[in-house]
Amino acid sequence: MKSPGLRAYAIGYLIFLYAPILLLPIFAFNDSKIIAFPLSGFTTQWFVQMWGDAQLWTALKNSMIISGSTSIIATTLGIFAARASTRYTFPAKGGLIGLIMLPLVLPEMIVAMSLLVVFLAISVPLSIFTVILGHVLITTPFSVAILSSAFQSLDNAFEEAAYDLGEGPVATFRLIILPLVMPGIISSLLICFTISLDEFIIAYFLAGADTVLSAYIYGQFRFPAKVPAMLALGTILVLVSVMLLSIAEFFRRRGIAKTGGKDTGGFL
Amino acid sequence: MTTTKPTMIEFRDVHKYYGDYHALRGISATIRAGEFFSLLGPSGCGKTTLLRTIAGFEGIDTGVVLIDGKDMARVPANERPTNMVFQSYAIFPHMSVEENVGFGLRRDPRSKAEKQAAVEEALSMVGLKGFGKRAAHALSGGQRQRVALARALILKPKVLLLDEPLSALDKKMREHMQVELIKLQRQVGITFVLVTHDQEEALVMSDRIAVMFDGEIAQLADPETLYRRPNSKKVADFIGTMNFIPATVLGDSGGKIEVEAKGLGRVELNAEQCPAGRGDAPMVGLRPETLTLLYPGQTSTERTVAGVIDEVIYFGDMTYYDVYLGGTDVEVRLSMRNVPGRLIMDVGTKVDVAWSPEALVLFR
Repeated sequence: MKSPGLRAYAIGYLIFLYAPILLLPIFAFNDSKIIAFPLSGFTTQWFVQMWGDAQLWTALKNSMIISGSTSIIATTLGIFAARASTRYTFPAKGGLIGLIMLPLVLPEMIVAMSLLVVFLAISVPLSIFTVILGHVLITTPFSVAILSSAFQSLDNAFEEAAYDLGEGPVATFRLIILPLVMPGIISSLLICFTISLDEFIIAYFLAGADTVLSAYIYGQFRFPAKVPAMLALGTILVLVSVMLLSIAEFFRRRGIAKTGGKDTGGFL
Repeated sequence: MTTTKPTMIEFRDVHKYYGDYHALRGISATIRAGEFFSLLGPSGCGKTTLLRTIAGFEGIDTGVVLIDGKDMARVPANERPTNMVFQSYAIFPHMSVEENVGFGLRRDPRSKAEKQAAVEEALSMVGLKGFGKRAAHALSGGQRQRVALARALILKPKVLLLDEPLSALDKKMREHMQVELIKLQRQVGITFVLVTHDQEEALVMSDRIAVMFDGEIAQLADPETLYRRPNSKKVADFIGTMNFIPATVLGDSGGKIEVEAKGLGRVELNAEQCPAGRGDAPMVGLRPETLTLLYPGQTSTERTVAGVIDEVIYFGDMTYYDVYLGGTDVEVRLSMRNVPGRLIMDVGTKVDVAWSPEALVLFR
């Protein structure tokens, strides 16, 4: 950060990243249907309009069901995979873990298209259920990544000590392992929830007649009169996302501090 | 030492492989009830693996491990009459001190109050009375170790296993805990099996020591025998300091072995000073404290040899001298206690060194 050129670059970079997000709340409180400067006055009417939108509430309810189910299923699968990858050795382990992690780098477009083809071929009706399946596929790698670090930082001796003191495998998992990786589980739940809530392509392709929040918002942008209300909704979503990710990071760090491990870097 | 106690643990030709690596190569030994037994050796010698076969954390490939006369082959770790103090202590970080200590009592049918009393008793036994409500992650290294001890001893195991329990402590604390562990072992009378790479720690604490190299027990004896009569050059080298002097065997008959040691001359040795041969080049071994530097005008009833001081190493309580013997290239290290009035000699001084044939050990 010594060179002024680098400093200017870093500042320019941050403005490019975050300035558009800052525009969201500014226009959400602007008393005009036209999204342009100069600002014409302060209003909360867009929030009121948004609040009265029944379709929006349906979409929100659907999205909550999808994100909630996705985070629970993906985290459960993540616990199994992370435990297996950190504790046991088995044939083709690297390849199997690689396959689980693959959706992380696979374009979502491809995931969405191929799932759509498969669902149509075996005539599964498109609904929020199919969206959940797609979201589980793309969020499980995140869950495995977070939970692997949680399981990795767990000293094997804790488990052995519990056996040594007379407990069986089930009680050991419940009394020792689960509480010690709980911060990782919470952070996995929150991150999977956020990713699922934000996701557009799979939700748009696989929801069928059900409306999902992200697709609904996109649809509303076709009507200029609805745009300010969507900006109001966007403002709320930004706040909620930042809050959830902060909580996730807080739990991840606390988990590492508690088990005495080294911070190897998380998602934030 | 003479009373033979009953056997607590017995290994019968135990072998263990990790893939192609032969970790335990035919261990046969017995550990007696109420004994403080140490497994001593450099890292990778198999001592921790052997300890873990007692605890049940490692299976064995062939052979038998018996605890209190019972074959442990099909007994899982949580049903063995052993408890372990882990190297990292493995104090559960999400529990308080008393929850940690009382963890093993979960299946105990006694009432809550009785269990609480047992926890208090265990804590006061290790000097942590009143620490019960503390959070485990807020304890110091020494305190963690005491909690680990209390947690293991509260179950009144037949055998307490200790995996390098003192290695994480600083020197002062370590020496203090050595004495405390000896006292504790006498008090509870339980068989202690300690794994350590620190020969001094093993000598200080143990009734008997098994010295291990490369998956085998090289010698199993009480500390004094190990120190004074090591059965091989390797054991002698691992335990304390020993001078090795090249020698030639002149005669070997009727329990008396005659040896010509370079710089020391001819010596007659008893059979007990000559452990079984291993086909090595013959050497005699001498501990530094069995050699005495004679000050000008001093005489000795022991045998003496002339020498020249090559190096002086001052240690506060002791001074070490490296001395060339009798005009040869044989250099020995000897130690002298720094009592008041005794001068530190200079490098290059010609001195006489007194020694006694009984202190010699022959390796061949």
